[in-house]
Amino acid sequence: MTPSTNTLERTNYLNATKGFMSWFWTIDHKRLGLMYMWSVVAAFILGGFFALKIRMTLMPGAVDFASQTAEQMNAYNNAFTVHGAVMIFLVIIPSIPAALGNFVVPMMLGAKDVAFPRLNRFSYHLWIIGALLFTGTFFIGNLDTGWTFYPPYSTGSTDNTVILATLGAFVLGFSSIFTGLNFIVTIHKMRPANMTWFRMPLFLWAIYATAVIQILATPVIGISLLLLLVEKTMSIGIFNPELGGDPVFFQHLFWFYSHPAVYIMILPGMGVMSELFATFSRKPIFGYKSIAMSSLAIALFSFIVWGHHMFLSGQSQLMSVIFSALTFSVAVPSAIKVFNWIATMYKGSVAFTTPMIYGMSIIWLFGIGGLTGLFLATLGTDVQFHDTYFVVAHFHYVMVGSALFGFIGGIYYWWPKMYGRMADNFWTKLAWFMSFIGFNLTFLPQFVGGSRGMPRRYAGYGTEAGYDSFNYWSTIGAMILAVGLTMALGTLIYSMFRGRKAPSNPWGGVTLEWQTPTPPPEHNFEIDAFPVGDPYDMNLCEYNGEEEGFLPVNPRADDPCVADVAIDPVYFEPESENAPA
Amino acid sequence: MSSTTADAHAGGHGHGHDHPKHLAHHFETLEQQYGSGKLGIWTFLLTEVLFFSALFVAYTMYRAQYPEVFQFASQYLDTNLGAINTIVLLFSSLTVAWGVRNAMLGQHKMLCINLLLTLACAGGFMGIKYVEYSHKFHEGTLWGGHVDSIFKADPADISETMKEHSHAWNGDGELVAVKDLDPVFRQRLGLFFAVYFCLTGLHGIHVLIGMILLTWLLLRAMKKEFGPDHFGAIDFGGLYWHLVDLIWIFLFPLLYLIS
Ligand code: HEM
Ligand SMILES: [Cu+2]
Repeated sequence: MTPSTNTLERTNYLNATKGFMSWFWTIDHKRLGLMYMWSVVAAFILGGFFALKIRMTLMPGAVDFASQTAEQMNAYNNAFTVHGAVMIFLVIIPSIPAALGNFVVPMMLGAKDVAFPRLNRFSYHLWIIGALLFTGTFFIGNLDTGWTFYPPYSTGSTDNTVILATLGAFVLGFSSIFTGLNFIVTIHKMRPANMTWFRMPLFLWAIYATAVIQILATPVIGISLLLLLVEKTMSIGIFNPELGGDPVFFQHLFWFYSHPAVYIMILPGMGVMSELFATFSRKPIFGYKSIAMSSLAIALFSFIVWGHHMFLSGQSQLMSVIFSALTFSVAVPSAIKVFNWIATMYKGSVAFTTPMIYGMSIIWLFGIGGLTGLFLATLGTDVQFHDTYFVVAHFHYVMVGSALFGFIGGIYYWWPKMYGRMADNFWTKLAWFMSFIGFNLTFLPQFVGGSRGMPRRYAGYGTEAGYDSFNYWSTIGAMILAVGLTMALGTLIYSMFRGRKAPSNPWGGVTLEWQTPTPPPEHNFEIDAFPVGDPYDMNLCEYNGEEEGFLPVNPRADDPCVADVAIDPVYFEPESENAPA
Repeated sequence: MSSTTADAHAGGHGHGHDHPKHLAHHFETLEQQYGSGKLGIWTFLLTEVLFFSALFVAYTMYRAQYPEVFQFASQYLDTNLGAINTIVLLFSSLTVAWGVRNAMLGQHKMLCINLLLTLACAGGFMGIKYVEYSHKFHEGTLWGGHVDSIFKADPADISETMKEHSHAWNGDGELVAVKDLDPVFRQRLGLFFAVYFCLTGLHGIHVLIGMILLTWLLLRAMKKEFGPDHFGAIDFGGLYWHLVDLIWIFLFPLLYLIS
């Protein structure tokens, strides 16, 4: 039976217009969100291919250490560079803000679109140009600088692929800036009259804090990459010690962006988490204000800790001590969030749905990722860990284990809204299980190997070095992870065509995006003004068996979403135990 | 900014309330639309300032590191041309601000005149910049390693203009022949010119973008698209132009007036 609030058979944003251009040239935030999502998935597959290439090279016995050729080693350098650059600039940074954010933010605000829809489309087209520039490097040479593009190597003896790649990152930077700018203005100016700042869903707070970082940090990487470009093409000398310049200056500029950028990656994931924990614990979120404020605190702190990437770059010891101390302070707001999520579950009625399972596993994964960050922030231990697999494992726990899992969890959460269909419960959970096991198997051994000194970015180690078992398990884990993620993608694609039709509110969320039919109409809502209350008052909707989803407790007379159901006598039985008091 | 374009396709969502002509489909009121544009452009200007920030940091850092080099090299910049350009830009700020006022009051003709004047100033600025740049290319006061060529040249090969400049005051107020300078010192001159060319070059690119923007606004103003209820684009374009001016106001003393 089709839920009454499902509009797949009616006109909705998916079928209102047809044809390639109706998507490519759209200014509808929902379509842009979906296009971002699929583009990011495509880029992820590309980056994932190189990840597997790395793991295959490092599988003990795969490449004979002693007789490795220069080509093999170059190919390896290329693999980790492209993997890192694609995953960071094309995947994780745009993932949640640009894909899910675009889809959800205006609807959460009860608005028809973002503030600047055309600019939004422009951001997406910039993303495409950036992606093309990155892929262009495959055809003209061997990009091998690492995703960090450090001079003097990047401006010196390596080939000209660096020019394309930095141009690509530059363009992607502007894509990110415009997305952030759009969200800042949207959240400031498009809130419904009675949605005060502290009645905003926490996902909006997270997107807002992210946008602040995007607009404050990204211009700096823009100019740094531009300087790198002129250094490479015209040797201006700003980063060249032979000409009086300073290559470490580039590192400062780079990390002034790239540390805040790690919070561009994780904050939106945290926003998704807050929504998941409230909805699936069927309880108001614990510590709303402290979660909202800790997002802003993280955004601000993130700007003053970049030096922790440069403890061993020759920066002064005093600077290192200060940066180390400041870095510890970032852990505080992060921990506040984790405690609040756990407290939200406490005495809630937790529903173990697929999105929630992703959310719950992130507590574990982010716990490991975040705490190992503290090991790295400690000056003494970082001397040992720097540039080893310990760092590699640390950032994969936060970027894959937390940000990417958050992205997938968010996709499953809003998937019914996007396509009007439910993904299969069993297969999505199995996919999660495989990914979770595979992920931990890949990266836990790297902590151990790294703490024993296994350096990163080496094309091979040789058996005598004693790292074979770590590499072995990592590669096995990576294969399991690849299977898990492929399955997760498969469940989505399958459900697009065959999935059960979704009700407008399958999970019982009370934020505004659940108050529109599924999939939504072109302009998001069929009714005009909303009563905006507490975004986490779970009593505002209740489960309806016939609908297989949730319906508002006090439906409005003009709400087309529940109009058909309103006739249902069972639902309106005044004695019903859930009837409003 | 993009949302303020005139072709806002109102209608199509049938909520019954009448949509003013210039109101884009996703806004409720003109105030909301204008406020969004305003916040958007200010945020954008903030990103622009940060975009320049790295170069200002580079300037500060290298000037602190090599103060004498900066003082010495700065003599190669033409203060008169720089000063004229400052005045030109200041004047253009006036005309563009006046233009905003014209748009608000619906004075179409004055708006066009003021935009045209602003464009002329921008063109003049770029012209003068071109003279300065070509002079430097001619003399070889260039960035990085390229700066060396003039100082390495044999005195017999030095052109008249270069001879003029082959002496300059060093930090201690002594007249020094450039060829007698310490080689490391000479090489560091390239660092000053690297910073000079990057800063003024990036600024110049912004002037060019501003010119495109002004031309677009002018074309629309000629079609009488702006008026008391619809002057956002002029206002926002004007703000951008002020920022371009403002950056130059900082560049001029920092680069030209340090000797
Ligand atoms: C919880 C707070 C965190 C702390 C205290 C922390 C600390 C650190 C430190 C000190 C390093 C430098 C290690 C070294 O190179 O020796 C580092 C590296 C890194 N961290 Fe974190 N981190 C935290 C969270 C995150 C998050 C949330 C992300 C991303 C989502 C992240 C991504 C990275 C990356 C990508 C690198 C390595 C970059 C490279 O060298 O290629 N970190 N972290
Ligand atoms: Cu960091």
